[in-house]
Amino acid sequence: MRWKGLVLPAGAVVLAEACARIFGIQSDSLAAPSQILVAAWGLLRDGSLFAMLGQTLLSALGGLLIGGGAGLLLALVLGLSPVLTRLLRLPIEALRPIPSIAILPVFLMVFGFGYRLEIANVSFACFWPSLIIGQAAISGIEPRLLEVSRVLGLGFWGRITKIVIPAALPRLFVAFRLAASVALIVAVTVEIALNPQGMGYELMSAQSSLRPEVMFAILLYIGVTGWSVNAALLLAQRRLFGRAGALPGAVPGEAA
Amino acid sequence: MNRQTAGGDVQPAGAGEALVSFRDVSLTLSGRRILEDISFELKEREFVCVVGPSGCGKTTLLRLIAGLMFPTSGAVHYRNQIVRQPASDIALIFQDYSKALLPWRTAAGNVALALEAIGSPKAERPARISALLQKVGLAQYAGHYPSQLSGGMQQRLQIARCLAQDPTVLLMDEPFGALDAMTRQVLQDEILRIADSGGTSVFFVTHDLEEAIYLGDRVLALRPNPGRVAEIFDVRLPRPRDQLVTREAGEFLQLRRALFDFIQETGH
Repeated sequence: MRWKGLVLPAGAVVLAEACARIFGIQSDSLAAPSQILVAAWGLLRDGSLFAMLGQTLLSALGGLLIGGGAGLLLALVLGLSPVLTRLLRLPIEALRPIPSIAILPVFLMVFGFGYRLEIANVSFACFWPSLIIGQAAISGIEPRLLEVSRVLGLGFWGRITKIVIPAALPRLFVAFRLAASVALIVAVTVEIALNPQGMGYELMSAQSSLRPEVMFAILLYIGVTGWSVNAALLLAQRRLFGRAGALPGAVPGEAA
Repeated sequence: MNRQTAGGDVQPAGAGEALVSFRDVSLTLSGRRILEDISFELKEREFVCVVGPSGCGKTTLLRLIAGLMFPTSGAVHYRNQIVRQPASDIALIFQDYSKALLPWRTAAGNVALALEAIGSPKAERPARISALLQKVGLAQYAGHYPSQLSGGMQQRLQIARCLAQDPTVLLMDEPFGALDAMTRQVLQDEILRIADSGGTSVFFVTHDLEEAIYLGDRVLALRPNPGRVAEIFDVRLPRPRDQLVTREAGEFLQLRRALFDFIQETGH
């Protein structure tokens, strides 16, 4: 049944190729699929793909770890302190709606061009989904488990490491996965907007030097990268939490 | 509050010292009176059951002893000290075993949690864990996760985890309410055996009057709105108890009648 999903995309590619051959398109903005494949092969062969991919992934990963990590950490702290939650509610609600790209000029002034600019902007973008979903994960912990930890006399760190984090981990991982997709989007966006490195920048230079086949080849690689990252994290999620992530109430053979 | 010193082997030797005592305990939660002027004592090696209509504060009594809640006035004492936090040798067994077990730990891992909490030496843990699982009949299931165990087995596992605390007092909140009748009877006998062999005092909340009589040395009957002690029934049935013989004894039937009448009287 899975092949049916391929019918339309494959048909579109064949059609595009046929049109390009029959009408002999000469364009500054379009390219035949075969030309795009040749350009993609060229990028792969001369290693330029790995250079730009490395720059983009490094920025995305750096921002994800810093921003996503900070978000999860704050979520954990807020989960433990209702007072701090009330104090920070307003600042969080005020800062969160700022589109992450709008903060770019500020970071440009502080950091200049380069990795630091991009990592800072990705961090800002990853912080929010990580914080919000992280908070939901912490508040979703079964209250009975927290009571169990009190009755057993677990200390503060015992409670965090043995109850809170493992109980929230499946959902914290979801937060991480969503933050990862945001990281890639924002890294490429920053490169397209002004940072002279990575896939986004190469995409723009291909466009402005009137090489549509290279532009589409890079676009193809960006798509494949995003898809691969998400697929890898989904697989990891299933492997790690397939069983332990299941809610304890929803288990068959319960009322035996 | 007169404890009967009945003949036979109703009370094991050494019973009599008050372990837990409620002294004029009242509790008001957000303007609602939950408990009023509760006074009673749980003695060493004593098995006390608590019955009463829903909403009479049975579970609240238990949470007060566990140090999870605190009275508005009066005081709960444990070993003559006011209860201010959970004590390491008071264990609490929840009714909803599936929520009280850590789903990401195996049976052995769940028992280990209690040992980690009391800081028992790492080298001694494996032996302790298998002894405890053995005690509740889960020796072959050490590597199973709670979701792979039946309800009765999950409740046994929770009991094993509580026994790891080496409790002096075992608090049980309708522990067998969600189990089928056969499993319930088996576990009733097991908890009697465990309490007897460990010299443990048990404070057992239930809505099943027959269960209360079958297990208890005394049955504490509560009246609702606000929760008050209505009456304390002494159970002078000999031990060890037997699911058939004990339940057919004249004393058992009389108590059953008295408790049913009492519950009828208090409404619903």
